[in-house]
Amino acid sequence: MTEKSASFVYVTYIRTTPEKVFEAITRPEMARRYWGHENVSKDWRPGSKWQHIRTDEARTVDLVGEVIESDPPKRLVISWANESQKDDPDQYSRVTFDIEPQGEMVKLTVAHDELQPGSGMLNGISKGWPHVLSSMKSFLETGQGLGL
Amino acid sequence: MDDDKVFKALADASRRMLLDRLCERNGQTLGQLCETMDMKRQSVTQHLGLLEQANLISTVRRGREKLHFINPVPLYEVYARWIRKFEEERLNLLHDLKQELERKQT
Repeated sequence: MTEKSASFVYVTYIRTTPEKVFEAITRPEMARRYWGHENVSKDWRPGSKWQHIRTDEARTVDLVGEVIESDPPKRLVISWANESQKDDPDQYSRVTFDIEPQGEMVKLTVAHDELQPGSGMLNGISKGWPHVLSSMKSFLETGQGLGL
Repeated sequence: MDDDKVFKALADASRRMLLDRLCERNGQTLGQLCETMDMKRQSVTQHLGLLEQANLISTVRRGREKLHFINPVPLYEVYARWIRKFEEERLNLLHDLKQELERKQT
């Protein structure tokens, strides 16, 4: 096992409820409206697989992983790898969603760690997450995500 | 989040430098950040506090250490609100110009 140390922590405050944030991540019909992808799992229970599927006609599976921890609507931990690298355990990173109410807002913290330093995934996500989170915030607050 | 807090937090060279340091290496402790900053520990703590209030950094406790991470989400919102829409207009102009020129060639 090579050393995996690189990690990112993203925080956004959204004027909504924890339930809505949890649904925005786990319900395909919601995620497709701001993420350009659906997150699909049969039950989002620990041990279940999940897939990140592009909302084009080909329905390309871009990412795969497993649910590690699930405590709706407070916390979701999943493993995360490119579909093309799914057979290499070293390529799996870990994403933690923490959802906590703060007054009239919800604080969403996304921590992405166990990333391979210098990997393509590291480059991709450091640009990707800010857009996804801004788009989720816009979608939950105004009904519209940001265009990709 | 409060846009004013973001712009105010960015309106200081030391705070921008702290963000640069975290961009180079994410997840540093206060001690690590102080090593590369030419100022008192107390000032660094104050600047980090303002950055955290503006949600430009987030902190995570790991054991006895407190690690600081850059949080680019508010910057992205500034980009989407104040920069991207102007870029889009320019890109559309270029796109139209290209189509117009290509149409003339045929």
